[in-house]
Amino acid sequence: MAETIVFYTLSVLILGLAILVVTAKNAVHSVVALVMTFLCVAALYVVLEAEFLAVIQILVYAGGIVVLYLFVVMLVNLGRSPEEHQDPRRLSVFGLGLAGAMLLEVAGIVVYSYNRSASTVTAPAAASPVQGNTQELGWLLYTDYLIPFELASVLLLVAMVGAIVLAKRDL
Amino acid sequence: MEITPAHYTVLSAALFTIGVIGVLVRRNIIIIFMAIELMLNAVNINLVAHAQQVENLVGQVFVVFVIAVAAAEAAVGLGIILAFYRNKETVNIDEMNVMRW
Repeated sequence: MAETIVFYTLSVLILGLAILVVTAKNAVHSVVALVMTFLCVAALYVVLEAEFLAVIQILVYAGGIVVLYLFVVMLVNLGRSPEEHQDPRRLSVFGLGLAGAMLLEVAGIVVYSYNRSASTVTAPAAASPVQGNTQELGWLLYTDYLIPFELASVLLLVAMVGAIVLAKRDL
Repeated sequence: MEITPAHYTVLSAALFTIGVIGVLVRRNIIIIFMAIELMLNAVNINLVAHAQQVENLVGQVFVVFVIAVAAAEAAVGLGIILAFYRNKETVNIDEMNVMRW
């Protein structure tokens, strides 16, 4: 029962704040709604027993990425949004139509998947020698997924170098 | 009523759709980037919910990778926006047509 209440509360918050991110006139308001959305998603991860991911979500998303967005919004502050000097609803019918088709597609996939027998659920992975969400995740990351993990670190290094090269005035 | 992974999938689909609407309707490229982050979060919710259902942590491992890619995307994307704004003084994607043939 408690899980039901928490789920619906968080769902309403996430969806409402996400709509605010998309519709807000001022980009700073969008960023603030975005950070609240990320915090609510982190709470949802706690409900789903993914405590490590909740912490990572707060550290990386709410702490790092959002600050980056806020920084750029402040730097690029135009005082007027690009939508103001033209019809803002120019493409909204088209966009809503495409998004509706997307939702229908996803709904179709969901209905189809849940109508199929549950026998296709994969067998549980080999028992890990450690307990606890963070420990088990770390064990997986450093055994089965060691190469993707190292590749992710290379990706982050490349992104860091790329961002510096792009943002620097004269190298 | 018990919360099943289907509930999480519906929430995820709705959040993803809001992100799609944002990308398609808004003209400010920074807002579009934020909408992309919303879509990545929708995918993460789905992965975590189903990882919990099948009692398998592989889904959570993939969420870690998605977050890493999202961070890289945000850094490089916002760097491009800054470099572009310095040259063209605009964040309107309709005016970003220097590479359009």
